[in-house]
Amino acid sequence: MDDFYRDFILDHYRNPRNFGHLPEPDAVAEDRNPLCGDEMRVEIAVDESGNVSDLRFSGKGCAISQASASMLLEHAKGKSLENILALGKESVLENVGIDISPTRMKCAMLGLSVLKSAALAGLAKAESE
Amino acid sequence: MSNAASALIAGEHDVRADFPILGERTSRGKRLVYLDSAATSQKPTVVIDAIDRYYREYNANIHRGVYEIAARATDAFEGARAKVAGFLNAAESAEIIWTRNATEAINLVAWSWGGANLHGGDVILVSELEHHSNLVPWQLLAERSGARLRFIPVDDRGELQLDTLDELLEGCKLVAIAHVSNTLGTILPIAEVVARAHAAGAIVLVDGAQAAPHMTVDVRALDADFYVLSAHKMLGPTGIGVLYGKRALLDAMPPFLSGGDMIRSVSYERSTFNELPWKFEAGTSNIADAIAFGSAIDYLESYGMENIRAHERHLLAYAFERLAALEERGLAIYGPHDPERSSGVISMNFADIHAHDLASILDTEGICIRAGHHCTMPLMGRLDLAATARASFYLYNDRSDVDALVAGLEKAAAIFRLS
Repeated sequence: MDDFYRDFILDHYRNPRNFGHLPEPDAVAEDRNPLCGDEMRVEIAVDESGNVSDLRFSGKGCAISQASASMLLEHAKGKSLENILALGKESVLENVGIDISPTRMKCAMLGLSVLKSAALAGLAKAESE
Repeated sequence: MSNAASALIAGEHDVRADFPILGERTSRGKRLVYLDSAATSQKPTVVIDAIDRYYREYNANIHRGVYEIAARATDAFEGARAKVAGFLNAAESAEIIWTRNATEAINLVAWSWGGANLHGGDVILVSELEHHSNLVPWQLLAERSGARLRFIPVDDRGELQLDTLDELLEGCKLVAIAHVSNTLGTILPIAEVVARAHAAGAIVLVDGAQAAPHMTVDVRALDADFYVLSAHKMLGPTGIGVLYGKRALLDAMPPFLSGGDMIRSVSYERSTFNELPWKFEAGTSNIADAIAFGSAIDYLESYGMENIRAHERHLLAYAFERLAALEERGLAIYGPHDPERSSGVISMNFADIHAHDLASILDTEGICIRAGHHCTMPLMGRLDLAATARASFYLYNDRSDVDALVAGLEKAAAIFRLS
């Protein structure tokens, strides 16, 4: 587990990419990790063809949750809402490139879960319009 | 060196050797440095053996069998109750009710006493630093009864503020308060709160889950109306806890759970109930674990609670001294920071390292600590903290455990490139 805290992980933790808020998000989702109380919010902007044109995350959490979310969002930018909904665990694990212990898996998956909730909200909104 | 601190309580006796798990190694081959006793304590051989002996030698249901092993089981079970009564200095064993844990004991009072005595407009007073187990049952009772919840405030450092207590007690029927904060380790001034509550006509439930393991508790000196504890935090097994209540209160309370063993006579239409303490013990009790908890109390008393408290005070003082060097590098310690006012708990954060990351790194060194909100989410919000890392001590810890913790924190600092 101590191998996890490599330089690029710490870099994403201390300088998270796509961190903050969008001026006018099309969809928003929030969740917290009940284990530790960590919070995460994801905001997405969707273009007319249904692709995520921009996105941000915010909140506070451990290096694993923050770095995983930061790398995942970089990876998700430009993808369609359907493609985001199809993302699995491996999309996070491939990015971090390191084994994560079962006790910390929830931390690593928090960003993915909130991103998918935001994509679902985006799809629902598109269907209602 | 490693046994210097434990020698304080045990002379030449090696306390660690009494706890088989402390001889285990982690999968990385590390010595187990167990600093999470505020979550649950480890168990000495005498407790493990007591469970084993009951099931191997005299397993039988209590209170009804006429044969020898049933009598033996009943004697051991009721003997354990008497040990708890002595440990807490209760007036009589009948004031000791077995529950699953402190949480169930609090729920018993909330349903039974609360249901009979609380009405719309009454006030329940709780402190701002309570564990969820001493908050949520009162929230639900307030919803059921129409009573209102009020809070004894803490300041920005988590210190209980009693200057407005008399105003808060107006219209109050019940005060529910921890004896020791599970998150900060603070020992609260229970005797003062009880005296002022009684003067205002309120009764007091004390959550002793974090106090009873570590210090002498005298429920009559405190004049507590109810006092609850969990065996598993004080060397006993999980699944057994205690409600102490003053006889006059318990006698007047309606039953909580109902069924066998708690009745005197039953007809198809109605039942009359057993006397104390069995009125509150429906169904077959957790016999083995109650008996083993009696063994845990014997073990604690073989050292003496004053000596255990002194040992932890010395260990805490040593920890504060060793951690001081890391405070210059961004280590923040919450709570009293004073061994005289704190009970073996150090809650901390280290620079920008999240508590969970700290716990993961310490885990690689075999060091077990707790990270998170410690089931006190409102207090964490009040102190503007998302999470803390909590190290907690007990009689089997010694200076070598503190040294390991400091080395682990230094490793975390290196991994996170703290200057």
